[in-house]
Amino acid sequence: MTPPLASRQKERRQLLRSLAMGSAMVGASLFGFFPVLKKWMPRLRPPGALAEHEFLASCIKCGQCVQVCPVKAIRLGDLDEGFGVGVPHIAARDQACDFSCDAVQCVLACPTGALSHDISKKEEVHMGLARLDRPETCLARQGKGFKGQARGAAYTGIHRYAEVDRWKPLRVADHPYDLELCDLCVRECPIKDAIALERLSDDPADRRRTPVVKQACVGCGMCEMICPTDMPSIVVDIRRQWGAA
Amino acid sequence: MNLLHSLKVMLGAAPARPVHITPAAAALHEAKRQVKGPDRARDIKAAHAQHASHKWRNIRWAVLIGVNLLFVLSYRFDVQLVEGALTASRVVGFHFADLNSTLQVMFAYKHVLINLVIGSTTVLLLWWLLGGRTFCSWVCPYHLLAELAEKIHVALARRRLVVDYTLHRGTRTVLYGVFAGLALACDYTVFESISPTGIVSRALIYGPGLALIWVAGLLVYEILFIRRMWCRYICPIGLTYGLVGAVSPVRVQYSLENCLHEGDCRKVCLVPHVLDCTKKTYADDTLVAIGADCTRCGLCVDACPTGSLRYQVKYLDKLL
Repeated sequence: MTPPLASRQKERRQLLRSLAMGSAMVGASLFGFFPVLKKWMPRLRPPGALAEHEFLASCIKCGQCVQVCPVKAIRLGDLDEGFGVGVPHIAARDQACDFSCDAVQCVLACPTGALSHDISKKEEVHMGLARLDRPETCLARQGKGFKGQARGAAYTGIHRYAEVDRWKPLRVADHPYDLELCDLCVRECPIKDAIALERLSDDPADRRRTPVVKQACVGCGMCEMICPTDMPSIVVDIRRQWGAA
Repeated sequence: MNLLHSLKVMLGAAPARPVHITPAAAALHEAKRQVKGPDRARDIKAAHAQHASHKWRNIRWAVLIGVNLLFVLSYRFDVQLVEGALTASRVVGFHFADLNSTLQVMFAYKHVLINLVIGSTTVLLLWWLLGGRTFCSWVCPYHLLAELAEKIHVALARRRLVVDYTLHRGTRTVLYGVFAGLALACDYTVFESISPTGIVSRALIYGPGLALIWVAGLLVYEILFIRRMWCRYICPIGLTYGLVGAVSPVRVQYSLENCLHEGDCRKVCLVPHVLDCTKKTYADDTLVAIGADCTRCGLCVDACPTGSLRYQVKYLDKLL
């Protein structure tokens, strides 16, 4: 017994509607490809992040890394990052990771190993490499000192000043400097021997120095954060390897 | 056989009238046949007159809001009771992981992640005990939003301002396969980028973002066109938990004896196909356990004017 025509037509319409809606949902989900493949939003990932492709595959988007970070450096991606929605990153200029936690807490918090559990101390991290991006604005290269709040009074970023309080990070705005020669990027770098100020000439009277990034640099972005020039003179190249252009 | 039928219905098959009906149930069906139209109408009216309850809905909303608030407050006040979001978390230090998110990550990453195995096994046991899709109606924050959208949709439909379009329930089964396949094929957790459960959960805990526009779009679509579209026809999380809860001890049980078959339960139900047994002459026994797709939301328990639908914990009566 075949059902009446009206009912068959109704069924057919429902089936077509279902097909259309199902395709629409798959289509919507595939929109996530654009930002990822176009790399239109390169992101500095938290310490221990796997290679970008594996990182996006393995992150379960729970934000536990966000919750444990003592300087609140980690943020979650939004819809404009496609498949990166809910995936953590660090905007170093706003708030860099300064390894205040010592034990790489975000790595320990990650339930999936998207932040690789092979890492147990900050020196093993590799997020990128710092690079002197605007040598012409660098204060040390002009032989200039620095006095005042590194990033102005309105800046909300925080940093652990171990000499002030070992456990509680302070607002950068609450910790003014008075330096004869600006060495903020070297002074606040959390990694030993990652960056040094080197002379620009052999003349002993020449006060000019230039920051030189060494192989120990982990790319945390602390130098980019603390650099007091309007645009940061030193920046982190995301995921760049030592020796690569 | 019954379990198989309940699974088939969950995957999209139309519920069928049972072939074998126990003698006791058949006798009740026959007795009900004797009650004629006007008498039945009077019975239904009388039953409704003394019945109006939102007990289970209110309890459920309180639990749903409470659980999500626990995530939010635990982070805000840094008490580390529940860390993370609904996709994965630590509850007083123990790993919890959403089953569907776990599958997506493992399909995309192609590794068996031990923390996720531990976390999702804990969750699996919990939801197996509590009824599988119980997650949907008692925890998922999108469910609550969709419930409110549904109220608006139903009110508009009553005034004939919108038409209630339906989809084939098999859509969800097909999409489940598609999303699993996409994760396997392209190494990204593709579904997670549109999952309103994850998006709303993270928005509550970490603050709102653009992703809420997608959620708002879904809700508007559900109000204007398709009642409960996401939960009924799309969400793979629901199907995952439905499979877990198919044989769960906690469930809603239907009792044929006093049922007036007026169908109020099916009108309020998110998944009315599971209540097919409440249609006149459709129950194959005097007591019928409601099928796998049931979210144990309790709307039918509240709606039933004769108390014929109740929560039941299998084996508990024998234990006590």
